[in-house]
Amino acid sequence: MELNVNDFMRWIELTNETIQQQKNYLTSLDQPIGDGDHGINMARGLQEVMNKLQTNEYQEPSEVLKNVSMTLLSKVGGASGPLYGTAFLKMSMAIKGLNSVSMEDFTKGLQVALDGIKQRGKSNAGEKTLIDVWSPVVEHFSNQDVTSDRLMETAKRAMEETTNTIATKGRAAYFKEKSLGHIDPGSASSFYMFEALAKVLKEKE
Amino acid sequence: MMEYVGIVLVSHSPKLVEGLLEIIRQVIHDVPIEIAGGTDENDIGTSVEKIMTAIGNANSGKGALVFYDLGSAKMNAEVAIEMLAAIDVKIIDAPLVEAAYVAAVEANMKKNLQEIQQTIQTEF
Repeated sequence: MELNVNDFMRWIELTNETIQQQKNYLTSLDQPIGDGDHGINMARGLQEVMNKLQTNEYQEPSEVLKNVSMTLLSKVGGASGPLYGTAFLKMSMAIKGLNSVSMEDFTKGLQVALDGIKQRGKSNAGEKTLIDVWSPVVEHFSNQDVTSDRLMETAKRAMEETTNTIATKGRAAYFKEKSLGHIDPGSASSFYMFEALAKVLKEKE
Repeated sequence: MMEYVGIVLVSHSPKLVEGLLEIIRQVIHDVPIEIAGGTDENDIGTSVEKIMTAIGNANSGKGALVFYDLGSAKMNAEVAIEMLAAIDVKIIDAPLVEAAYVAAVEANMKKNLQEIQQTIQTEF
């Protein structure tokens, strides 16, 4: 399977749809252990991304991702701006020059995106952040034949598992053990991203 | 022309850094101090663009030191610095109000970037 410009556009479009629908839910996750703005920030950022994407023509997928990155960096005020912005920028650089992206190249892109998030947030898996979803998803892409169903399951399970960890990074870390029992909001928005990606893959299976 | 190390104050709230700037300006008049508070719409958050502009304006050739309030402000400051590769800028991990004040006093004494950084590391 190969992914082209339209697939990447569709990925972002589907992500935006879900984030807009789940805006209040994401914010409600962020209220008990954060600053309560994750849904608002992500919804605003992705809306701006869509406005930008619709006004441009793209030759290759990396240009789509670069635009996503730059818009998230400038329009999202919270931590998700620099984290997702860095992820999409690194992914864009990894697939630069390719008109259609093989699963192998896409896996490399996801890997450098994850490395970028870790480096930007000075964080690793197990700290109750979006890394807890990105890490198993990247591993899934690296280890086996990816199917839409398995991708969806992997991302969902990883998000749900953040309920059982104590936050040691980000605003939630101030809540220490009180952060137990809550899903990490960044993991939830990352799950929606990979759910959208799974839908794109499903349409092509 | 007198050149000082510049100072950049980054906060999630525009009011916070406006207030801090007032406190420092009561004492230090000549050191370039720029603020980057809030998002582009002045909501709570930080903006890579505002931080880039502030760094550019604070730098008069001797570089700049960036002070911030909370975690994601630091991440956006890092992104801004990566985009402005040509300017000598350092992010300081120290209490925003006191460290920025100390840095302004030191910059006013014509200390260079490394010297000010050293003082702050010893102080906090």
